Amino acid sequence: MRMQPRAEIVHWLFATGFLALGLCLLAEAVVGTAVWRRRRWRAYLWPTIAFGLGLFLWPVSVFFTNSALHMIAHSAWAQFAMLAGAVQLALVRGKLRSQWWTLTSSLALAVSGAAFLIHEQNPWLFSRSAFLHHALGWLLLGATIFPLGQAIRPRSTIWHAGFALTFVVVAALLYCDRDIAPIFGHLSELAGAPRS
Amino acid sequence: MSSQVATRFEERTARPPLRPFVVQALGPVTVLAGLVWSVFQPYRITLLHPAGKGVWDLLVEPPLLVVAVGLLFALLVAPGLLDDLDADAAAR
Repeated sequence: MRMQPRAEIVHWLFATGFLALGLCLLAEAVVGTAVWRRRRWRAYLWPTIAFGLGLFLWPVSVFFTNSALHMIAHSAWAQFAMLAGAVQLALVRGKLRSQWWTLTSSLALAVSGAAFLIHEQNPWLFSRSAFLHHALGWLLLGATIFPLGQAIRPRSTIWHAGFALTFVVVAALLYCDRDIAPIFGHLSELAGAPRS
Repeated sequence: MSSQVATRFEERTARPPLRPFVVQALGPVTVLAGLVWSVFQPYRITLLHPAGKGVWDLLVEPPLLVVAVGLLFALLVAPGLLDDLDADAAAR
């Protein structure tokens, strides 16, 4: 029996975490931060999930990467997800007070997006996985504007909702991932045989 | 005071509030998305054709995970959030 899950299965599990995170952030954007934080456990939800995703990315970096570049990219995500989670935790606890600390989320998104784009060496239509790497990379780079908007206008619903929907879209893209599969009918011969 | 102004104000406040509706809808919409996905791509649910599949294939089924997330949100997060929205509205 194969005990180690395939990479696509790990991606689907992360997608589930991102979807849960996106729904919670969307709910916070709708009701406002004051109402969302009326219960302590809800206030800690987003920092905990962000930090937890960073923690879980470490075993992924070690066991599910097949090149140095791949491992560095996953390690960078792990570090910056943990950084964003830790900063949010400190903000909720009151250890940090400046709203500009929200920019660490922008930094985490920028590093993650850049890591996606740098470590994907194949073109968009090489395979579905390559397409998703490019799409996720540009999505995350574009989404850096949302924490910036949150820092400038903390009470604006638009920036909070945009940040939340980013994670929902990331989840959708990760759910689409397959180890080897065509994208819009294209699959390079170099990618190997598609998996059913 | 003009009674027309008062009437218009009453009409405006009588509209169903949007925020509770959105919070209530998030979970069911997510569940619906998972169900629609499973209808359009039934091959993503390996429980329907388990022969030759490994334990991870049977445990991790994306459309069912989406349904599970929607259910968890609707059952665990939304009710408390709606109570707090009511309490916040009452306190104003």
